[in-house]
Amino acid sequence: MRDHTESDYPSEACGLLLGQFTAGSGTRRVAEARPAANLNRERAADRYDLDPAEFLRLEQEARARQLEVVGVYHSHPDHPSRPSETDRLRAEEIWQDSESWSYLILEVASGSVASRRSWVLRRGVFAEEEIQILPFRR
Amino acid sequence: MPVTVRIPTPLRSLSRGRDSVQVAGATARQVLESLERECPGMQSRICDERGEMRRFVNLFLNEEDVRQLNGLDSPVVDGDVLSIVPAIAGGAPVGLGWAPRGARA
Repeated sequence: MRDHTESDYPSEACGLLLGQFTAGSGTRRVAEARPAANLNRERAADRYDLDPAEFLRLEQEARARQLEVVGVYHSHPDHPSRPSETDRLRAEEIWQDSESWSYLILEVASGSVASRRSWVLRRGVFAEEEIQILPFRR
Repeated sequence: MPVTVRIPTPLRSLSRGRDSVQVAGATARQVLESLERECPGMQSRICDERGEMRRFVNLFLNEEDVRQLNGLDSPVVDGDVLSIVPAIAGGAPVGLGWAPRGARA
């Protein structure tokens, strides 16, 4: 994610998080972050549209490996790693809640990742969730 | 004619946790109607009140976007896979605090 979001700076970069979701605990364990194309070329500095065909391809790949798509990451070039109103509106249009889906945002300041925070949508409002860096185990 | 519908992770609360559901139908629209009977509430996530596909939802029939086929009237056959694919989008805030750099100024 770091390499992808920094190399695409000052454009926004996006990708999907492949891993596993545990319904009871609400925990998402991310095995891999996979880059996807940002189809928004007109406003690539402050918008992203993740290529649906890549979503389909990565979901198929995840399924074949007993994983699933558990979230999306994207960068905010020179902006904090907080969801914007655009993020919230677009997330709300798709899901009212996203308990099984994380929105991980990376702040890329002057070309370097400065912060990363993860969010989950609950009844139309983003709440921050804790990130832990762990060795991945099936 | 059973068609497999692939459910994205955040919509699985409507499919009782299942990642795919097998339903019948001769068109994508009929498949969604069958899906609604199996998973109440799902159809309204995919279609608006006029019964047309929502802007931020894509349906892929096997590997093809149904918008590039015949939309919800696209015919489906036994063994087809219909995937619900959200149009994931967003972006950084604009306005105050936005600091254009040389390339964007």
